[in-house]
Amino acid sequence: MFIPHSPKETEEMLQAVGVKSLEGLFEAVPKTFRFPKLNLPPGLTEMEVVEHLQEMADANESVRELACFLGAGAYHHYVPAAVDSLLRRGEFYTAYTPYQPEISQGTLQSIFEYQSLIVGLTGMDVSNASHYDGATAAAEAAVMAYHHFRGKRTRFILAPSVNPQYREVLRTYMNGYEGLEVSGDEGAPLHSLEELEPLIDMNTAMVLIQYPDFFGRVSDFSNFAAKVHQAGALLAVSANPTALALLKSPGAMGADIVVGEGQPLGIPLSFGGPYLGFFAVKKDFVRKIAGRLVGETVDAEGRRGFVLTLTAREQHIRREKATSNICTNQGLLALAATIYVSLLGKNGLRQVAELCYHKSHYAAERIGSIPGYELVHQGGFFHEFVVKCPQNVEDINAHLLDHGILGGYDLGRDYPQLKDHMLIAVTEMNSKDEIDYLCETLEELSHD
Amino acid sequence: MIEPTIYELSSPGRIGVRFPEPDVPPAELPASLLREELPLPELAEMDVIRHFTRLSQKNYCIDYGLYPLGSCTMKYNPKINEEAARIPGFAWTHPLQPIETVQGNLALMYELQEYIKEIGGFAAVSLQPAAGAQGEFTGVMIIRAYHKSRGDEKRTKMLIPDSAHGTNPATSAMSGYEVVSLPTDSRGNVDLAALRTVADDTVAGLMLTNPNTLGLFDENVCDVAGIIHECGGLVYGDGANMNALLGIAKPGELGIDVMHFNLHKTFSTPHGGGGPGSGPVGVGEQLVDFLPGPIVTVLEEGDDEVAPLFGLSMPKKTIGRVKSFHGQFGMLVRAYTYITMHGPDGLRKISEYAVLNANYLLARLGGKYHLPYKRLCMHEFVVEGVWPDAPDIHALDVAKRLMDYDFHPPTNYFPLIVHEALMIEPTETENKQTLDKFAEVLVKIAEEAHTQPELLKNAPHNTPVGRMDEVKAAKELVLCCWLPETPA
Repeated sequence: MFIPHSPKETEEMLQAVGVKSLEGLFEAVPKTFRFPKLNLPPGLTEMEVVEHLQEMADANESVRELACFLGAGAYHHYVPAAVDSLLRRGEFYTAYTPYQPEISQGTLQSIFEYQSLIVGLTGMDVSNASHYDGATAAAEAAVMAYHHFRGKRTRFILAPSVNPQYREVLRTYMNGYEGLEVSGDEGAPLHSLEELEPLIDMNTAMVLIQYPDFFGRVSDFSNFAAKVHQAGALLAVSANPTALALLKSPGAMGADIVVGEGQPLGIPLSFGGPYLGFFAVKKDFVRKIAGRLVGETVDAEGRRGFVLTLTAREQHIRREKATSNICTNQGLLALAATIYVSLLGKNGLRQVAELCYHKSHYAAERIGSIPGYELVHQGGFFHEFVVKCPQNVEDINAHLLDHGILGGYDLGRDYPQLKDHMLIAVTEMNSKDEIDYLCETLEELSHD
Repeated sequence: MIEPTIYELSSPGRIGVRFPEPDVPPAELPASLLREELPLPELAEMDVIRHFTRLSQKNYCIDYGLYPLGSCTMKYNPKINEEAARIPGFAWTHPLQPIETVQGNLALMYELQEYIKEIGGFAAVSLQPAAGAQGEFTGVMIIRAYHKSRGDEKRTKMLIPDSAHGTNPATSAMSGYEVVSLPTDSRGNVDLAALRTVADDTVAGLMLTNPNTLGLFDENVCDVAGIIHECGGLVYGDGANMNALLGIAKPGELGIDVMHFNLHKTFSTPHGGGGPGSGPVGVGEQLVDFLPGPIVTVLEEGDDEVAPLFGLSMPKKTIGRVKSFHGQFGMLVRAYTYITMHGPDGLRKISEYAVLNANYLLARLGGKYHLPYKRLCMHEFVVEGVWPDAPDIHALDVAKRLMDYDFHPPTNYFPLIVHEALMIEPTETENKQTLDKFAEVLVKIAEEAHTQPELLKNAPHNTPVGRMDEVKAAKELVLCCWLPETPA
């Protein structure tokens, strides 16, 4: 299978090493604990494992079969065939971190291009090579802000309209630091950002908002950014990259740090991972950014090439003084996003964003007109919106599932105030027929 | 050949993918919020295919040849893993779907939790952490939460051997601990005498990599764990080197209280040019309630006819979430596939042959490289890339010269406690011919270092680019296809 040694070769090799048997290689391991029995099922052949896995997969229902209106941080988008075709090249996926630039220019240049695309989308100056996902990127923003103020500012304000899982992960990360206050998200979830302004003071290190926010809403936050800056604090924005093809960039509205979940850029839903955390900053923070950075340079003959740079910030050099402990990141997913955005380009990505926008607005209008359902939004939204339902979201979703529809997210799970509120996502994957079918099925339910 | 960037290849008006026209009446776009400029390239599909194909050809990879990066376990990545993760029933499930619709995913995760528990000798496993470093962070936060839950607030120190990976001290600092470095003794083990002098009630724990980064199994592991437990601390195991221990020893039985596994090393999920990784964490009985969640549990037992009902739950005193959703699921599918294909005997064989290959390669070097700790090694070993009678040559030069012979260099300058270190891990998937050839080349380079040092100093000679000007890169900081404030 994957171990190539013939019995004869094994024998020769043992002899060269000077031990009699394979067991003889392990005498440093305490005898009592050596060679424990592993109580696992016997190994399967490839043929058998394929069948076994297919059976497991068949126990799922996927968005290939269901009409999907579920988003809340992971979105169903079309991934062109060329993306996976390139990702499957062994030259990309069986290489590791490009520590040796002479034989890693493929990975290095593609990361450099990834950094450029993220800079372009977010309207920032510098992007790193990636984080694990949107949640950890948001948490690393807080870590960066903490270090930026050398621990002297101890308040971190989170808008309640930031993805609840991101807030949770950020709290886990900041738990290692003593004396911090992470707050702001206790209030009414649907209030506007202005409600946060009284909390921002000279002890505030960072304010984290989301754009579009967890409820899908979008608005110009330039004035809010100015308020944050007046207090000398940093504004971090978690953004949806698809929306950025259509809407004003966070950089243009005053963000200091832009993070987000890169999954919408050509990465399959895959039950939540592996995804892609992007992280971009204004140039003043380039030396404080965590993770890997690729820079352009030349070789001895003056040929352009790329290298990992500013590595003195990283754990393998700085050890306990590093800006983060991150080592392996999401290289292959950053490549997927780079290929996806290159393929769609300026026009294609904008087209996807517009399709999401038009379809979600059509869906919102139709659902809002169903008796008992009420659109909660006052202002604008992108491709997700909140609907107040006439009954328990879980029951509605069970009914929808019987009709082959994966309903929206039950906001009551995270926000007690939003019991019976559903968050519905619509992308280019939802046809008008599918949306109409959703509405008909909801109507049918309200008549029951 | 220099490959232009995607921005240099861009031609205004070119389209790579078409999408259908809207089938709904268009909504009015929010005029005041629309962006004016979108600095993205414009390319056709074939432009993109050729660009990335050409870039890929500038990479060295496992599918091409030996990649002996010590501590990274660059073993062959079976192709079936890739097929498995792409089965539509796995790849196209949404993480927030009702549990009834993802029983296949949950069953796979549950079984993988059970397998990792059994392999590591632990009481419970969380699959949430995204990579090794995050697994470490998780482990250290669990240790912290454990002491706090007992009202034991005086433990402020984390002991870390000087041979440890840089992620260990970085993680401890992130988790609020003061790092105390421990020396290594003359046999390459943790120095027990030094350990005894610092082991007191201010110690939260010790982070142990075993086999350590010298490739040596710590012969005193049980004593080390005993001393830490006696002073009330916990032992963290860095699972980076687990490829040496499958079916050889269970870390949980050796006294490790909490440990992360690197699925992208030990269990063959690909390294992807720098991720994604996956770093599940296993714990002993006393730490089960602190694991990050959600973890997969059985909600209703099954029987011969009916499958059990699986669900997701948060451990009682959880340290919280460490990432969104349920971990790097696609990586879990690959690792599950790999473990399922190997079974208990196949797993043990992996470690036996990983250790055989490393020792064989070391033997074949015939003493041409100085070996600081003379013992049988485990799955990797560390030699010095420097000779007293070839003063101009450094480990870096040896590494670069290897590229001319079509090999990926080993890890160099790590671990820090070995002068001019070359850390070599061949893995079990390399055959004898490749190891023989690699050994011959290393021996030849050792000769060249003495006879033609300039060949090493100027290496590599046959790669797409030569040694890069890293100072210029750090000084000028061109990190993007255009400079700040001048969008393309």
